[in-house]
Order: sequence, then structure tokens, then C-alpha cells
Amino acid sequence: MSFAWAKQYEPKAPLTRWLDERLPLPRLVYGAIGGGYPVPRNLNYWWNFGVLAGLFLTIQIVTGIVLAMWYYASADGAFNSVEHIMRDVNAGWALRYIHMNGASFFFIVTYIHIFRGLFYGSYKAPRELVWMLGLVIYLLMMATAFMGYVLPWGQMSYWGAQVITGFFSAFPLVGEPIRVWLLGGYAPDQAALTRFFSLHYLLPFVIAAVVILHIWALHIPGSSNPTGVDVKDEKDTLPFHPFYTAKDGWAAAAFLTVFALFVYFAPNYLGHPDNYIPANPLATPAHIVPEWYFWPFYAILRAFTVDFILPAKLWGVLAMFSSILILFFLPWLDTSPVRSGSYRPVFKRFFLLLVLDVLILGFCGGAPATPLYVAISQLAAAYYFAHFLIMLPLVSAFERTLPLPDSISSSALHGEKKEAAPAGITPRRGATAIAE
Amino acid sequence: MRYILGLVGAVFSVVLLISFFSNVSTYLTSPPPATAEEEFHLHPKHLSLASDGPFGKFDKKQIQRGFQIYKEVCSACHSMNLVAFHDLEALGYNEAEVKAIANQWQTEVPTVNPETGEASTRKALPSDRFPSPYANETAARAANNNALPPDLSLITKAREGGAAYVYSLLTGYRQQPAELIQKFPASKTPQGLHYNPYFANLNLAMPQPLTSDGQVTYAPGNPKPTVDQMAKDVAAFLVWTAEPKLEKRHGTGLAVVVFLLFATVFGYLAYRNIWYGEKAVVRATGVLDPKNQAKARSAKRKAGVKG
Amino acid sequence: MATLEQSAQGSDPAESEGGARRRDFLNVAAVSFAGMGVVAVALPLISQMNPPADVLAMASTEVDISKIAPGQAIKTVWRKQPVFIRNLTPAEIQAANAVPLSELRDPQTLAERTKPGKANWLITLGVCTHLGCVPLGTGEGENRGPFGGYFCPCHGSAYDTAARIRQGPAPKNLFVPDYEFVSDTTVRIG
Repeated sequence: MSFAWAKQYEPKAPLTRWLDERLPLPRLVYGAIGGGYPVPRNLNYWWNFGVLAGLFLTIQIVTGIVLAMWYYASADGAFNSVEHIMRDVNAGWALRYIHMNGASFFFIVTYIHIFRGLFYGSYKAPRELVWMLGLVIYLLMMATAFMGYVLPWGQMSYWGAQVITGFFSAFPLVGEPIRVWLLGGYAPDQAALTRFFSLHYLLPFVIAAVVILHIWALHIPGSSNPTGVDVKDEKDTLPFHPFYTAKDGWAAAAFLTVFALFVYFAPNYLGHPDNYIPANPLATPAHIVPEWYFWPFYAILRAFTVDFILPAKLWGVLAMFSSILILFFLPWLDTSPVRSGSYRPVFKRFFLLLVLDVLILGFCGGAPATPLYVAISQLAAAYYFAHFLIMLPLVSAFERTLPLPDSISSSALHGEKKEAAPAGITPRRGATAIAE
Repeated sequence: MRYILGLVGAVFSVVLLISFFSNVSTYLTSPPPATAEEEFHLHPKHLSLASDGPFGKFDKKQIQRGFQIYKEVCSACHSMNLVAFHDLEALGYNEAEVKAIANQWQTEVPTVNPETGEASTRKALPSDRFPSPYANETAARAANNNALPPDLSLITKAREGGAAYVYSLLTGYRQQPAELIQKFPASKTPQGLHYNPYFANLNLAMPQPLTSDGQVTYAPGNPKPTVDQMAKDVAAFLVWTAEPKLEKRHGTGLAVVVFLLFATVFGYLAYRNIWYGEKAVVRATGVLDPKNQAKARSAKRKAGVKG
Repeated sequence: MATLEQSAQGSDPAESEGGARRRDFLNVAAVSFAGMGVVAVALPLISQMNPPADVLAMASTEVDISKIAPGQAIKTVWRKQPVFIRNLTPAEIQAANAVPLSELRDPQTLAERTKPGKANWLITLGVCTHLGCVPLGTGEGENRGPFGGYFCPCHGSAYDTAARIRQGPAPKNLFVPDYEFVSDTTVRIG
């Protein structure tokens, strides 16, 4: 594609030649994930998680379509239809547990993939659009997961729907009408359930389409790598097949082993018992919590407790949406010419703080809203916004970075660069500074 | 543009810090009062069942005893509407026994009289689900002091603590401690409720269902039906009703995990095999070895040499 | 002095032949495990479309036939399909037995379509073997067609007193499901 030394697809067999003349699909696949796509040779295991995300999207779609053959989107029958799947449908229990835990694992894999991007500067030029498409995928995943969780029509399904759609009423004037429009009623009921089912079935295919755009946009410059240094020549790369198909393959098997341990031996660990109680609009559960992958956002939402010009509820909703929207601006907030966090010691420390911060926010989101946890959320949320909007721009403008290697294949010769560069001189973009 | 974003960040951070300080000051000046639940609620007692653990299997005799307790004690008020009579074959009953259990079930299944069209009832068939003791929720509440006895099909998955919680609840009834009434007079057990510290709200509408040893008579060859034993048995039965595929799940899981471990090992070996020539193409040694570099750096730092 | 070592590219020639075979084996093993995995996953995905346990539990239905007088028939349901249960009169039995097999499109005697000793009980599916309509003839006053059995109004298939096809487009006789007499007054179908 973009590298001159990429192997061209050369069909040998008459059948493949015939096909290639009429529909160059095998050629496309060869050039995208086959022997014809050069990839930096120094990728580490943090780079496996994109493919794992694609794997889990496939698992969710396949199990989802099959579950939809038995699911009944009616407020009276939904809960029982899910139990029917668990008890009577052949292998239904397995399909349901795989789909349920598959959603959690899809998010685990995606979060690691996103944090890889944050650390290694994958969002920097020329890959800004890859990053933004990725965020779009993430937003679609959140919508899909939220609607999927409503479908079993348990207590958490119903009350989670109540709370999340209740966000919209925080907006003045238009809020309540939008909420009623979304639900098709005044509270989550039959209309909401059927439309959530329809959209939950649709969105994963939209996600798949955006994933294709995401990969396409990536394949123009090609993958980044742990050093952040651009690919210079053939020495720096290896063809995707068989090198990275093998690496992705074995890591997928390892990850699926962990997945299987959850599905078959702890299938309800990541869930909430209250969702095994049929929905009751007249009885609110003691603690309404969303699924764990939404906990950091839930913590940010609940952190705003004081009316300050705007009502606290509105602050919470705005902050919650902003916490993802600010990520769209990341390529312009972080102005360092050095991509990879490996060569940015100050940035590295702040990154660690960010990871801790998000974990703390996550923990607080799942805990009851007692003064202690709310207080911790408040500090953690304040740090989150300060990190991206204040700290990063400052750090990237003033930090002293480590010298970069000449190229990927010579990154083993890191030492030579360091000896040569006088102290205090930061390499400029591309890091080809040569000591005079 | 960067400055606008910076401003946005500053605004959120400031509002959060205002909330934080308000929160802290409220907490310090008027801390939330302690509640009876916080102090007196107990976590479930430990319960070990044959179905526990990754290789757990149901103890069929125990769950048959548990079913007997459900039949003779609990089914008077609690429905089990997700379980069908024919599912009982998993407990070890044969087809004829299941047919008899269904046929002799004290509650009949609602149906319509084929001649007059009036609502009527008929004897249960194995293909029927367990009928509810009450016609509807209103009838259930009317008969139970406005409390709705929950359906028991999923109860061990629908409660924090699972089977241990059910067991603790059934054996946890006691007199409300004087200490509690003194500290929290508002939490005194009202008329019609019963004190049970294993219940989240401490006061439970269900009266103690298992009151005395021997309340149910077990067939010979079974342990004595003490209250403790009966509670364990019915908890074990309720684990089955919530998860009848548990044994299948464990068995399949073992096969799947073993298969995947083999696949991982073979996959890893194939990966190393394919990458054999490509890794460690160039290795720096001597002064350029990164390890030596690190040593040199830390030595320089100690000696106070710059650069 | 700084030195650079080039690590050996592959093993030495003497080993490489055996090494290549071992290497191929590993790749083949890994890929075949993946293949086995795909097949193992496909099986439950396909089997889940089969009838679930609760439908299979309804595979048999018991019917009380004590109220059906000779000459009468009832319609009941089995596996969500209509079933005709008819108590044949002696005249109907005689008429059925008098028909020579060579005249029948789907040759079967009445004895083959009933249980021994219970030749008066004709139990068939109420589904016309042409395109699936429910034939007339069970209720009082319904058209029983030119052969006194059942008549399908959709395309004119006519069945005789043993529910065998005599006229019209249907290719086969009305289907006789598996059934047994649990007692003199109860029949279990399926």
C-alpha cells in the first residue's frame, strides 16, 4: 500500500487469477492483512489488542444474532425469554454467558488498546483520524452496550435505562422533550424496549463499518511502533503474514483462555445480582449501578454535588460527555514532536497518574455514593480534566525528552545516539538530530 | 483553541473542587447519622455445597431433599415459575415419578373450561411450569400483609451472597437485640415483620419458615432434618433451580480451557518458530550494550558528573 | 571497543533439515488447533436452532376419547398441529374394507392405519397432504365429501372413511402419527 517494498499480490493458480481479474478482493485482503502489508518489526504485545477487539466484536455479533433467534422483545416476555434461552435452548446457556461476558471483555480489550494509544502517541500526526474514528467506535460501543443491558429487562436494566435517559432532562428546555422522544413514553416501557432491540441489532454493524474505516485510515501511514520513530526502509518492517498473524493468533488463544475461565467458571462475577430480578417500575434497587465499564463516567457524573451557576445535575452530565469529547482534541493538546512515551520521562509519570486516576474513578463509580467515595471522585475527576486540558499541553511544550534512535532497526544501537548527543539537546521531529 | 480547552478544563476542575470542599465541610459539620443497618446487618455465614468450585457437581440426594422442603413448606407462598415439572428428571426422578409429582401437585394449573369458557383449573402435566400459589400479585400481597413473596427460581443468583445468603436468612431469625432498640428506636421491628440481621433492612416480612427439627420427614438413608440441615438442603435445591446447567457448564468449561491451553502452547511455539530468524538480528555489546549504558549512567550520576 | 555481534541466522545446515520439518509441524499443529476450534464453535451455533427442551417436552399429548360416540369425531392439537380423532361406525369400517387397494393412489388398508382390536378409532393429522389446509368433516353438518370421509375445500381433495385420498390433487393419505392407547379412554399421541 504505502510502502514501496510491500510485496505485490501475485495469484498463481488459475482460479485465483480468474477471481483477481474480476473482483480484487483477495488482493485487497493480501495487501491489508496478508503478506503484502509491511508492519514495523518491533511491535510489542500492547499492539495485539486492536485485533483482539476485532475478535470480540465478531464474537458478539455471532452470539448476538443467534440469541436474537430466541429473544422476545416484550416487556412481559423479555425476562422469561432470556431464562428460556438459559434453560431450554440447546447450548443457550453458553451462548448467553459468552455474549454477556463478551461485552465485558470487548471493553477490557478496548481500554487497553486506548491506553496503548495514549502512551505511545498513536494519536499524533499523521494518525489523528485513526484516533478520532477509534473514539467514534468507542462511543458506538457504549451506546450498544447500554441498550444491550436493557434487553433482559431485569431491575438494573430498567433502572439503568431510567437513570441514563434521565440525563437528558438535565438540559434546560429541550431536555425533557428529548428524553420522552428517546423513550417513546414517559418511562422505559414497551416502546423503549423494542427500539433498543432494533438499534442494538443495528449498531454493531455500524461499528464494523467504522472499524473498516479505522483500519483503512491506519494502513495509509501504516502502524506506529514502540519507539515512535517512522519506518525508513525495508529493514524496519516484516510482512503482516505470517509474522503478526502468528503473534496475534497465539495471543488470541491465550486471551480466549482467560475469557473461557470467566464464561464457564465465574459467568456472573462481572454482573450484578439485581438483574436476575424482573424489572419493577415501582421498586428501586438499593444501589443503581451501571456495568463496570461505565463506572469511571458514573463517578464523574456523581462528583458534581453543588449548584454553581448551573445545577449540579447538569454539570455532571456535561462533564461526563466532555470527558470523552476532550479526547478528540488530544492530537492538538499534546504538541510534543516525540511520539512515544518511552522517550518522554515526565509524560510517562503523568501517564501513570492518569491510569491510577481512571482506576480510582472506576472503583468509586461502582461504590455507593457515600461522602468518602464522592470526595475521592471529586478529586480524581478534577485531576482527569486537569491532566488532559492543563497538564498535557504544558508538559509537551516544556519537557526534556530522551534522544530517539535513528530508526527502528537501529534502535538496538540506542546507546550510540545518547553518547553522541550533547546534554540538554532534544531531538526535533523525526529525531534525526546528529551531533556535530 | 488550546486556551479554550484549557479554560474548559480549569472550569470543570474548579467546580469539582468547590463540590469537594462543600462535601468535606458538610461531612465535618453535620456527618450523616449512623444507621441501624450499617451496624447490625450481618454478612452471610459460610456455606459449602457440592456444587461449589470449578468442578462442582450437584448432590442429587441433597437437592431431592431440598425439593421436598420446597414442596412441603415454601410452595405455599412462593412460586417457581421458570422451572417445569419435567426438569425434575435432572434430580434423578424417572418419567413416571415426575408425572405423579405433577399430577399430585396441590396447586392446579389455570385453564379454561372447554364447554362453558369459564376460568377453571386442571391437574398439572410434566410439560407445565410450576403453578403459582396465587392467581396474581394482588392476591399474593393480600394474603401476606402487603408483602410479595418473591419467585424462587432465580433467588440464589438474584441476591448478593447467593446460596449462603438464603441459608443464613433461613437460620438467622432471632430476637431483636435490646442494644439496637436503644440506639435506633425507629428501627424497632414493626408489627407483622420479623427481625433477621441477614436481611439488608433487618426487618423481614416472611415469618420463620423452618421452625423446628423434623418439620419435614426425610426418607431413610438421609441425614436428620434439623433446621440447619433443611436450610442447607433447600439452599442447595435453589442453586439448581437458578442454574440447572451448572454441571454441564463446568464440564464443558474444563474441556474448553484445556483445548485453549493446548492451542496457546502450540500457537506460541509456532510464533517463536516463525520469528526465529527475525528476532535479535543485531545485538549491541560492550559500551553500546544498553545494560552497560545503564550502569555507566548511574555511576556517572553517583559521581556527580554531568551529561 | 564497541562491537556488534550478528546473531546466527537460523541453525547450522546439518540441523536445518530436521529443524524445517519440526518447524512445519509446529505451524501445522497450531493452524489445525485453530481449525478444530472453529468447528467446535460451529456445532453449538448450529444445534441451538433445534427445538428447545420445553418444545420437546410437549412432543406427546394425551387425549381423553371417552366422550366420542361412534360416528363422531373431534379436532385436537398435537405439536401445534390439528389432529382428527374419529370413532368409526361399523358401516364406515365395512365401506373402508370394501375398497380394492388397486383403486387407491396411496394403497393402505384400514387395518394398517389403526391399532389391532381398535379398528374403529381412526386418528390422523388434520392436514391435507396437498398443500396443508385443514379438511372439513369432523364437525356436525360439515361437508364430508363424495367418499363420506373428509373433504378439503381448498383444492377439492376428497378422503374416504379411512381418511385415504380418493379424488383431487393430494398425493398421500392423511398422516397417521405414532400413538398408543394408555387406557380404553385415553390415547397418547407422539
